[in-house]
Parts: sequence; C-alpha cells; structure tokens
Amino acid sequence: MCTYRTTTLEVEGSGKGAAGWFPVTDASVYFDHPVHAPADHTLNVDLRNPSRDASARVAVELDPVSARALALAILEMLDSAPAGLIHS
Amino acid sequence: MTSGDLKAETVIIEGHGGDPVEAYVAIPQGGPPSGGVVVIHHMPGYDAATKEITRKFAANGYLALMPNLYFREAPDASPDDAAATARANGGVPDERLVGDVAGAMAHLTGLPESNGKLATIGYCSGGRQSLLAACTLDLDAAVDCYGAFALTAPPDEFPLKITPLGDRVTHLSCPLLGLFGADDQYPGPEEVADLERILVAAGKEVEVHSYEGAGHAFFNTDRQSFRPEAAADGWERIWAFFGTHLST
Repeated sequence: MCTYRTTTLEVEGSGKGAAGWFPVTDASVYFDHPVHAPADHTLNVDLRNPSRDASARVAVELDPVSARALALAILEMLDSAPAGLIHS
Repeated sequence: MTSGDLKAETVIIEGHGGDPVEAYVAIPQGGPPSGGVVVIHHMPGYDAATKEITRKFAANGYLALMPNLYFREAPDASPDDAAATARANGGVPDERLVGDVAGAMAHLTGLPESNGKLATIGYCSGGRQSLLAACTLDLDAAVDCYGAFALTAPPDEFPLKITPLGDRVTHLSCPLLGLFGADDQYPGPEEVADLERILVAAGKEVEVHSYEGAGHAFFNTDRQSFRPEAAADGWERIWAFFGTHLST
C-alpha cells in the first residue's frame, strides 16, 4: 500500500547529488514505495534544497532493518563524539 | 479491431489558471474517431510506467493524455526528483488537479481524432483524483484504481493537501468503475464499501471490484505488488467499461 506518511524537517549541511555538492536545507523521511530498491516498501530519505531545482537532491532507499541500524549508528556516533565538538 | 498503430509525443497543454503544463499524449492511428482518456499518474509521478499505460490506451483505440501534475514544481526534473519535491510540498492541491484535468479534456476534444467522449483513470493518489474530477467535471466515465482518502481523512501527520470528498461524491457526473485490492489498507475494505454504498444510494451508476489476494498497486508491473490475475481481469473490465461509455 502507499503509506503517504512523510516527515519533513529543516537540516543544515551539504550533500552530494547527481551534479555535485550542494548545501542541503531540508529533509523528507518516509516509509513508502521505493523507486529503485527491489522491495515493496523502504525507508526513504531525501536531502534537498528547495531554493535550487528539484535535482538538488540526495536520495536513499533502505530496507527497514538497514535503516534502523543506520539510525542507531548515527545516534551512537553523535553520542560518542569528543567533548566540545558538537554545538547544539 | 484496432491496428495498434499509435503516435505518442510530449505536448504543452493549458492547465489550471492558464498555466502551461507538460503532457504526454498518445493517439491511435488509422481508426475512426474515438473517446479520450485523461490518465492521472500516481504519486511517484509522470514516469515511464505511466507513459506506457498511456500508450496502452492508444494501442487499444483510445486517445490518451497524461498531464504532468508536478510540472510546476519541477519542470525539467526527472520523475523521481519531481515526485520528491511534490511530496515534500504536500502533493497536488485538489483545485489545481481539477483545472489540469479540465485542460487535458479540452486538449483531447480539440483533436481531430476525438469523438467527443471523455473519461478519467487514475492509480493510487490518481484514483482519488479521478473520482474528484468526475465529481467536479462533466465526464462520460471514470475509473478509480485503489484511490485512498475519498471518504476518509488522512491522519494528521500526513502532510497531504487533500481533504475527503464527502458529499461531493454524490455529484458524480458519470458511471464509475472502481478497482481495489481487498488486502489494501489505503483504501481499506470499509472505505471501499462505504463509497459504493453512498454512490448507489445517490442513484449513481457504479461498478466496484475488490480482488482477493491483491493489495495496493496490483496493476504495477514494476513492483512486488503486481498481481497478474487481478491486473488482467481489471484491464478486461476497463476495456468493457470504456467500450460501453466512450462509444458514440
């Protein structure tokens, strides 16, 4: 089924898309049908910059087990970063 | 018996608000004037698979036109980039969809190959949009393939710019063919049953089929959701439906 659910948030950083590096300002996260991955539903992340054209996008489609492992790895890396390096 | 010969090309039509909108049109070659079908693409966008469906209608004797509903957001983008932009923006507003379908209808009836009859068909989000168009515009037939949120509102956390059609469904202007998967959740069996019940009570001509063992997107040959038996039966019903309602 199409889940339709989408979470959008503002982000800060850079991403490398089809045309090279660009500043990313927005992210969309959704668990829905993929375009490329050979699965019915994947965890999909789009890192975008709406002030540029639609091709300014870094897209990834992960199976849910991989997506959860990646999410935990991200959190663990942030939690264990050397003191003073992360300014919230 | 059609020859299957067709011409297909990209054109610019006048959409909602007079905006130029890219569209893919397929026209059967060599036959008598025929009915036109506005093909409303699914959420993944104006993609190769839906162009193939558009050509399929022409190969079977119908004019067909698919407007690029994401053209304004991403005019030169690949279908998946455009779909991602549209998704982040909450999808296509209903008023704009209706205007773009009206523009598609005008383009089709302006073709010398047209017999003046018109239908819409949509898949997924396009299914709801096909029903919406048929409740707002004068059509001869409409097909809704697993469209969700016709009657049920999306949950609050779904950032879609759509609302249930509610009482508008009783304004249906034409016969409706609804094709659904019994295992689907959006729409679920209850919503499908409610839609049929409301339309029948309003005196509308409606034909609904829910396929056991099939879920959402059972027509989509590119996905694991593809169900060949359901899709084959669905196509037979579409041809019969259009044969009845798009002939002169």
